[in-house]
Amino acid sequence: MLLAIDLALIIEKLVLIVIVVMASLVIAMYATYGERKIAAVLQDRRGPNRAGPFGILQPVADGLKLFFKEEIIPSFSSKALFILGPSLAMLTAIMTSAVVPWGDQVHFFGRDISLQIADVNVGILYVFAVVSMGVYGIMIGSWASNNKFSLISGLRAASQIISYELAMGLSLIALLMVTGTLSLKEMVLEQQTGYWNIVYQPLGFLIFLICAFAECNRTPFDLSEAENELVGGYHVEYSSMKLGFYLFSEYINMFVSSVIMATLFFGGYDIPFLNEANYDQNWMALFGVLALMAKVVGFIFLFMWVRWTIPRFRYDQLMHLGWRILIPLALFNMLITGALVLLKQNNWHF
Amino acid sequence: MQALTQRLKQVDRRKMNFLERLYLIAIFKGMMITFMHMFKKKPTINYPEKTRPFSPVFRGLQILNRDEEGRENCTACGLCAVACPAEAITMEAAERQPGEEHLYREEKYAAKYEINMLRCIFCGLCEEACPKDAIYLSETFAPADYQRKQFIYKKEELLIPHPVENPEAYKKALGNKVKREQIN
Repeated sequence: MLLAIDLALIIEKLVLIVIVVMASLVIAMYATYGERKIAAVLQDRRGPNRAGPFGILQPVADGLKLFFKEEIIPSFSSKALFILGPSLAMLTAIMTSAVVPWGDQVHFFGRDISLQIADVNVGILYVFAVVSMGVYGIMIGSWASNNKFSLISGLRAASQIISYELAMGLSLIALLMVTGTLSLKEMVLEQQTGYWNIVYQPLGFLIFLICAFAECNRTPFDLSEAENELVGGYHVEYSSMKLGFYLFSEYINMFVSSVIMATLFFGGYDIPFLNEANYDQNWMALFGVLALMAKVVGFIFLFMWVRWTIPRFRYDQLMHLGWRILIPLALFNMLITGALVLLKQNNWHF
Repeated sequence: MQALTQRLKQVDRRKMNFLERLYLIAIFKGMMITFMHMFKKKPTINYPEKTRPFSPVFRGLQILNRDEEGRENCTACGLCAVACPAEAITMEAAERQPGEEHLYREEKYAAKYEINMLRCIFCGLCEEACPKDAIYLSETFAPADYQRKQFIYKKEELLIPHPVENPEAYKKALGNKVKREQIN
């Protein structure tokens, strides 16, 4: 009997993993389409509109093109690392989605199925660990290319991520003081009953947002892909689907960080102004997933909107912003939050 | 120094205050500008589906005209070839045989009529020279090709579609010829 339950659990989780991975791949695929479309409309152009109605088959065409391109591995590169680079970038990008609560529980076949692959009680730490591993993909790839431009790009990416990870972590500490938990699921449950965390942590959210842009290597922090200085950045030597993996992992990273931001600060799968307990569980779970997706789409739009508005930072400006502005600001935010939390515990008496 | 235009703007060199140094307001303003561009009318024309209207005096590829019954107008008089400054037109005349009245309007016709599109400068002098309204410049422009000899257009390429057998293609090929004649 015990074994049967375990088997069902394994099947359930496997199905969930497949769905989540496929969904994030498809969403990342259409994020490329969205990027091109949004870039176009922001610049008074039309964007891709030839492949299928409104060009919705464009990502498929892009993918096919990348698959059919000749695969070149430079003779002076270290081959194993050269292949490892993009694989690692892709792997870490997908791995993050494991701890995200995609929705509430659903009730199927007499079982309560949680729409979360693993409710790790240190969920946010897991996210941090995996995200900071993402830079290894870039670093290994850029090193293995044996190309000075990609090496510079890899160094830039590494130092940038180290600098901004600090501020990101510090801004999160303030959030953790408010929520009192590291589990993403519990954070969402708290926000469902109370207010969204953005109300308690506006400054923390701003810092987190800026750092998320930097972590995803998105404009204005895309110094590792500064094509006017570094040709193509860390993927100069890459071609075919290995290049595709690098480009694609950027979009998956963007999707995942949007999900994380929505979960941490905007209530995750919580539908605002609606008490979920009053309605049918399965439907509410579905609408919850949709609500989360709506928030995510909003964030992805923000990513793209910023990309086509703000020019790239100079390298010293980037470091200045990270070390001398964001980190002190995050520390200050942490201090204020700590003081307020203590005051509240003391019933607002000094 | 006196300004050359009325658009001179004095550069503000004042030190930025705290709010300005945050750049948040400036970034927000910039974001609003790009956002507003989403609702602007796009100047792009979806080319193959939609084309820009040509000017009525546009001079494109030559076309050999037929009358309403589908008979060729050209009598191979050679005036167009004489008028052509680029010497792009050559032709051979032939006499109409009995029973060919439905093909050619007059007793003489062009058995061979060629225009070298690599030489043609689209000046339209052939059209002006023609006494029979047999050649005129249409709205299409010379398409690309792979071989130089493909650019020597024969009668098959130049003749307008038959107005009775293929009225729609005829109308399309006719283009704005009528409008142009009104202007001239």
